[in-house]
Order: sequence, then structure tokens, then C-alpha cells
Amino acid sequence: MSSMTTSILPRPIHPTGLWAWLTTIDHKRIGILYGVTAFIMFLSGGIEAMYIRLQLAAPEQELVSPEIYSQLFTMHGTTMIFLAIMPMGAAFFNYLIPLQIGARDVAFPRLNAFSYWTFLGGAVMLKSSWFLGGAPNAGWFGYAPITSSAYNPGHGIDFWILSLQILGIASLAAAFNFIVTIINLRAPGMSLMRMPIFTWMTFVTSILLILAFPVITVALIEVMFDRFFGTNFFNVGAGGQPLLWQHLFWVFGHPEVYILILPALGIIAEVIPTFSKKPLFGYPVVVLSGVVIGFMGWMVWSHHMFTVGLGPVANSVFAVTTMAIAVPTGVKIFNYMATMWKGSISLTTSMLYAIGFIFLFVIGGLSGVMHSSAASDAQQQDTYFIVAHLHYVLFGGSIMALGSGIYYWFPKMTGRLMDEKLGKLNFLLVFIGMNVTFFPMHFLGLDGMPRRIYTYDSDMGWNLWNAVSSVGYLILALGVLILIVNIIWSVLSGEKADGDPWDARTLEWSMSSPPPEYNFEQIPIVHGIDPYWEQKREGLSTVPISGGSGDDDSHGIHLPQPSYWPPLASLGLFVSGYGLVYLSSSIGLVVSIIGAAITMVAVYAWSFEPVNDPDEGEGH
Amino acid sequence: MAQNEDMSTDTHLGSENHSDHPTPLTYFKVAMILSIITAIEVGIFYVEDLSYGIIPILTILSVMKFALVIMFYMHLRYDNRLFSTLFLTGLVLAFLVVIALLALFQFFTPS
Amino acid sequence: MIQMKAKVIKGARILQEAVTTQHGTDHEYTTTGLNHRKLLMWAFLGSDCMFFGSLIATYMVYYGKSKVGPFPEDLFSIPITSVSTFVLLMSSMSMVLAYAAIRKGSLKGFRVWILSTALMGMTFLAFQVFEFYEFANHEVHFDCSQVGTGNLSAFEESFQNECIEGVTTVDGIHDSDGNNLTGLTPKTNLFGTTFFTLTGFHGAHVTLGVIWLLSLFFYSFRGGVTRERDLDVDLAALYWHFVDIVWIVIFTVVYLFGVFPGFPES
Repeated sequence: MSSMTTSILPRPIHPTGLWAWLTTIDHKRIGILYGVTAFIMFLSGGIEAMYIRLQLAAPEQELVSPEIYSQLFTMHGTTMIFLAIMPMGAAFFNYLIPLQIGARDVAFPRLNAFSYWTFLGGAVMLKSSWFLGGAPNAGWFGYAPITSSAYNPGHGIDFWILSLQILGIASLAAAFNFIVTIINLRAPGMSLMRMPIFTWMTFVTSILLILAFPVITVALIEVMFDRFFGTNFFNVGAGGQPLLWQHLFWVFGHPEVYILILPALGIIAEVIPTFSKKPLFGYPVVVLSGVVIGFMGWMVWSHHMFTVGLGPVANSVFAVTTMAIAVPTGVKIFNYMATMWKGSISLTTSMLYAIGFIFLFVIGGLSGVMHSSAASDAQQQDTYFIVAHLHYVLFGGSIMALGSGIYYWFPKMTGRLMDEKLGKLNFLLVFIGMNVTFFPMHFLGLDGMPRRIYTYDSDMGWNLWNAVSSVGYLILALGVLILIVNIIWSVLSGEKADGDPWDARTLEWSMSSPPPEYNFEQIPIVHGIDPYWEQKREGLSTVPISGGSGDDDSHGIHLPQPSYWPPLASLGLFVSGYGLVYLSSSIGLVVSIIGAAITMVAVYAWSFEPVNDPDEGEGH
Repeated sequence: MAQNEDMSTDTHLGSENHSDHPTPLTYFKVAMILSIITAIEVGIFYVEDLSYGIIPILTILSVMKFALVIMFYMHLRYDNRLFSTLFLTGLVLAFLVVIALLALFQFFTPS
Repeated sequence: MIQMKAKVIKGARILQEAVTTQHGTDHEYTTTGLNHRKLLMWAFLGSDCMFFGSLIATYMVYYGKSKVGPFPEDLFSIPITSVSTFVLLMSSMSMVLAYAAIRKGSLKGFRVWILSTALMGMTFLAFQVFEFYEFANHEVHFDCSQVGTGNLSAFEESFQNECIEGVTTVDGIHDSDGNNLTGLTPKTNLFGTTFFTLTGFHGAHVTLGVIWLLSLFFYSFRGGVTRERDLDVDLAALYWHFVDIVWIVIFTVVYLFGVFPGFPES
């Protein structure tokens, strides 16, 4: 078999430096790559938000033109959802899932690397649109027919379509990987109902991903064909219906928001029990709620379309299902609070973020329930009331949880603690800033301020709250700046952390910080929920191996070797993406074909590459 | 728990994921049934008098073909239930979403 | 092979160690005893159901809504499509025989059947190409005496104005440059758009499948396909059968329901 593999490029053996990162298939490194990239993308989305808030800070301004403004809110939304929150979640999935389930890596390490590099390509491609003739401008949800070539002749929308397709491939690859990993690489004794909640939520999220993304893939294909080939999917003159876009988009889009929040709920379910020194209250119910949310998430999508004229039957059905989905969400929140009840609470920064999550996410949930009534939504739709809701659930929810996760797992990933003083300052500014920015938007919405307008008349009565909101942005930005300072300072000179600085419960804490390359010296046997607490209670020797930087040789543990093919396959997609954006020109077709060829060669070489380099030999 | 357990997947070579295997004869028989059903479908197609009744008939016939291929050729009948769960989740969801979309576009209500 | 070490530590705790060897993931410890790649393939097929479901939903939502023809009844030939459907169905049988052959270790049998499968797949694709070509070049021919009798299709009737004095038969509609105006392309109408997209993506799936099968065929000459690695063939087979069952749905929904003569005129 090894003779089959005198491949074009021999597999890298113990690469160092930049090459090590480029060819890595280690889930921990891939997690860090995701995390750093996602954080940078979060900042870029924040810059887009900055322009928006500056523009809206006072009435009748023209700091940016209406055309640029449309690009700003489109890119802000698309960036935050696809380039920041989802990949940040992926960073945690990547780093933690194998550790939490007692595995050495994911089921398909090279596929894992591929999903990161593909994500990077899609992200770069999307952001590059700013400099290549204009970013997309039709909102993150790209409603037809404004996305048609008649109304949008530039390349912005093409960048949006192709980047999302590439990002979709990345997400799908990752999701398939985690599904197989979670099903098939759990340590002995770790039944599904003994998995950490974060792993459970990752599992449900991954299933949602593989079922929802194909729908947006089709929708994007349809709009792309309309633009490139003159098809009639959304061509009203030929009988096409823009409403079909909305349905297809939201059939994806609603599960997508659960994809954004379930990992967050998973993180909170890890943090709160640790810092309450109590096991999670109602573990089975929390699992079940997560699964039910995933399931019901498919039944509510048209609540984004209450005002398009679906008719009373459809509106009522979706209103009822939407109200119903608040129930399992609320159940989880109650369980988190019950976990804290009579617990021994330590208010670390991570815990503060988690408590902040509960408070803010519930506010977002309350406004969400207000939207669920089709009647009241008729007033709220397309106003700032929705903007308030979505930021409370996505910022107050997802981002706060990700912040909590950063403070919680930073020591594990870097071997150093983050500074608690800076952390608390960061939390305070973010918490206050977030509320000052977004709470007034409830008022603006109820006062009738529509979304997606670049300015407003000074006698609409919106001046005060817009100004307040923009000030809030400054507070938020300062808070984020403190976070950046904290991260950098802590990486360089934070207090050293041992394997288990928080007296935590799950298996990732049972090894050194950072973990050795092979994760577990011996795959553990699991006997219950919170296996590491159990191990500590029973006095089992769990001496973490200090300074583990991957000297795997002495244990006879063979790890998968790095590979060039995943990043090359991603490169091909990236090149193809640009080619397709410019398909109308002859060079575009050539470039697309070149990109496709690169990917095809890479995929072939990848298939024939041995999974483990047989020349490594045994027993070294 | 207190014994030596061999945790290896069974050492028999090849895919160890199924218990049982149909013979080539079974496969051939399935192919014949598939052909016959197709012939019936095409034959029934010309019976105009069936009117809307053809919908349930052709649906059932197609579902039978679908099921035969899945269960026998794709082996789901003999394999671990997990594979069926993974696939059927997607299939059933796709079916329900299609129906829901059609309903929302008044496909089932007379115009 | 997996090397296991079992240690008994005082207090009757057991630690076990699973060590991957150079044969990697196909034989390492798994929670379920099932193969990673097979799980992946089934998850992928479940996901692909949503992909085709969305395309089929689009087709059905727009069915009957085209403002101009040609329409399905002008174009579809059930006899011809039945043949290509039959060929694809039979290719599933040859696929499963290829898999059975390699499980027995019969390399020759494997090669015969997998090549047959690929050839049948290519035949199916040839039928598709032929069909697409015919549709794109469809011409309208009718006798003017038939106008208004109910013997012409709706599309043909729409050209009744061609039957001005002196014209007894309509033999194609062309523009001033001689281009045929009655063919079906993706741009023509909703039917063209949705039909070509749905069947086109199915055809693309078939094409990828044929490439995969041919790759296995050629790889078998380099010793790459063996009884121990029959999973590689199983994975290709699962994909191939899936492509077949999607066609079963398309054939019934698009073709048979599309032009069933028994539906009342709407």
C-alpha cells in the first residue's frame, strides 16, 4: 500500500514554524487558527459597526453615502454571523471535543484542516470585496430581486454568493467531522448521556448544519444562475417568485440562528457548574431541551416572513410554533439558574460573562416572544426593535458565552491565566456598553425607526436614543480593546496555569495546560457525568504531565501526520471562487477551471496518501 | 469492568459493519422486481382513466423501488440502525420541508 | 492490528490503552464498532437529501406556472426516459455485484462489474445529453387544419397566428437570423430553468460517480482494491445507489406526474 503513495509531494515529517501551522492536522492547532481568525473577523465586523453607529449618531449626516451604508450593514451582518460567531464556535469545537470525549483527535484530521483553510479562503474572499469594486449590499439575507443582475450589476453580490458557498463547504466539512467524531470516538464508558453538555450541543449544532446548509446552497445556486445565466428562478416577468428565495433562505436561516446559539448554551452549561461547584441541574433535561430546540428550529422559519402576506393560516401556525420554541430555551435557563442556587459561586470573569449571558439572553428571548405574535410583529418587523432583539440574543447571548469560554479555556490552551482585573474591567465595559448600545433600539423600533436606513430626519424623535446608542458603541469598543490587551498580555506574561486551575469537571482539565500533542497518555474510562470531578473525588492518580509539548515517541502513540493536501484543496476552491465571480470575463472561466483542477488534484492526492506514514515505523 | 476486555473491533478483514449478506441471486431478484415495477409504472402511465388516482399509485410504486434499493443494495436492512438514523433524518426532513413549501405556495389548494 | 495493553491496578481499577498503528483509522478503537467513513457517507447522503429536496421543491412550486412554452407535454418522451431509467436501475445491480465480487476477493469479477456500472452510468448521461439537446432544439410542426380541434398542445396553439392565408403547415418558428425560437433552455421559462437545474445537478452527481467508479477500476490494476479494503468500494456503491434513488424520485415526480395524460386540463 505504501508503494501507492509516492505522491507528488511526500508527507511533511515533523515540520516546524510556519509550515507546521500550514500543514497541521492537530485539532488543537486548528482550533487556535479558527479562534484567532474569527477574532480578527469579529474586529473587522466591529469596524463596520463603528461606521454604522457614527453615521447614525446624529440625524441627517452623510459620513457615508447610502450605497456604502448598504454595504456596511450587509457586511457587518454577514461577517459577524459567518466569519465571527460560527468560526469562534468552531474554534471551541475543534479544541475541546476530542479532549472532552477522551479522544486523541477528530475522526478525520485532514478534513478538519481542510475546513479551516476553506473558511479562511471564504473569509478573505468576502472581505476583499470591499476593495474590489464594492461589497455586497443586499443585506445578510440577500432578498431577491434586489440581488438580481438588473438591480445589482456589480460584483458585490457575486462575492457574497461565492464566499457563502465556500464558507458553506467549510462548515459542512467540519460538521460531518464532528458528527462522526462524537458518535465514534468517545472513550470507553462515555455513553451519550455522560457527554459534557458542550459536546452535546456541538453534536446537535453539527446535525443542524448538515441539514440546513444544503438549502442555502440551492438558494445561492438559484440566484447565481439568475445572475450569470439568465435563468428565471426569481424573474418576476417569467413568473418567478422572490418569495421562494425568502422561504429557502429562512428554512436555512432559522436553524442557522440555533447553530449560533446552541454552542453558546453549551459553553454556559460548562462554565456555570464549575464556578458554582455544583453539578449541572437536570442534565437529561438540558440535553433534551437542546435536542428539542434543534428539532423545533425547523418549524418556525416563516416568522421572519410574517409581513409578506402568507395569509392567516400560515401566520398562525408559525406564530404558535415560535411561541412553543421559547419553552425548551427557557427550560435551559432555569436549569442554569438552579445550578447556581446554593452553589459556592466564584465570580471569575468567565462566570461573570456567563451570568451576564443569562440576563442578556433572556432579554433577547423576551423581545423574541414579542415578535412571535404575528400581529405585534407587523409593527416590529423591519424596525430597530428587531435589531435590538437580534443583538441581545447574538451579542448578549452568543458573544457573551464565547467571552466566557475564552476566559475559561484560555488557561488550558496557553498554560497561562488571563488577568482577572483586566478581565473584570473588560466584562464591565462590554456589559454596560452592550446595554447602552442596544437597549435604546427597543425604543427606536417601537417609535417606528426602520432598519437599513442610512440617515433620518431630525424631527422624527429618534435623535436621543441614536446618540445614546452610538455612545454605547464607544464603551463596547473600549471593552473589546481591554480584552485584546488582556489576551496579549496574558499570552506573554500571564500567571502560569496548571492543568486544572478551576477545579473543573470534564476531561480536558485532566491533563497539562496546554495538553500534549496526543492529548491522553491513556484513554480514560468514563463512569459518569463530570468524569474528571469523579476521578478527583476517588483520588485516582491524575497527575497531569507537565510541559507537554508533544513528545509522543516514548508512549508508542502514533498520531496522524501533517499533510499539504487540505490547504491545497482549499486553495483551489479559493481560486475557483474568484474565477466564478468574474465568470462574465474570459479570464474568469480559465481561473475557475484552474482552481477546480487544483482542488481535484489535491483531493486525489489526499485520497491516496496513507493515513499514517508507514515509514515512521513502530515502537519509537 | 473488572476483566480484560478486548476493545478491538473484530479482526475479521473487511467491513465488519454488518451481520448478514444477501447473495448475488438476491440482488438479481431485486433487480428484476425493480424492472417490473418500472414497467408497471410506465404501463399505468397510459391509463388515463385513473385521473388523480395515479398519484397514490405511482407514489407507492416509487417508494417501493426506493425502499428496495435502500434496504438491499445499500444494505440498510442488514446494517447497524445508526446508519439508517443518519440517513432517514435527512430524508424525512427533506420530505417534510418539501411538503411544507408546497403547502405555503398553495400547491395543494385548488386555484 | 490493534495492540492492547490491559493493566490491573490495585483496587481493581483497569486502565486500557488503545494505540493506533500504522494502519490507522480503519482499525482503531471506535465507540460503536462502525467505520468512520461509512458513518460519514450516510451522514452525507442524509444531507444530500436536503439538497435535492430543495431543488425538487423549487421545481414543483413552479410547475405549471411558466408563462410561455414549450411545456413538458411538448418535450418529454416517456418511452425514451424509461429506457434511461431502466439503465440506471440496472447499474445499481451491477454495482452491488461489483461489491459482492471484491468481498469474495474476485478482482476480475470486481473489474467486470464496476466497469459495467460506469458504462451504464455513462449511457445514462448520454441519454441525458441527448435529451437536453433535443429539448433545446425542439421545433414546432403542425398542420393548420388541426388548430382549435384540441389535438394540438397549448404551446402549438399559441402559434396559430402563423396559419395565415396560404399556409397549411407550420414547420418551425425561426427568427430573422434562422435561430429556432421554440427550444427549451434554462432561460426560456420556469420549466426550463427548474428542469435543467434539477436534472443537471443530478447529472453532475452521476458524473462524479462515474469518475469515482472509473478511478476504482483503474486503481484495481495497481493493487489498490483488495478484499481487505472492500470498504472503499462500499462507499462508492452507497453514493452510486443514492444517485439512482434520487432519479427514481425525479422520474416519477418530473416525468410521470408531469405529463400524465389523465390529469384534467387546468
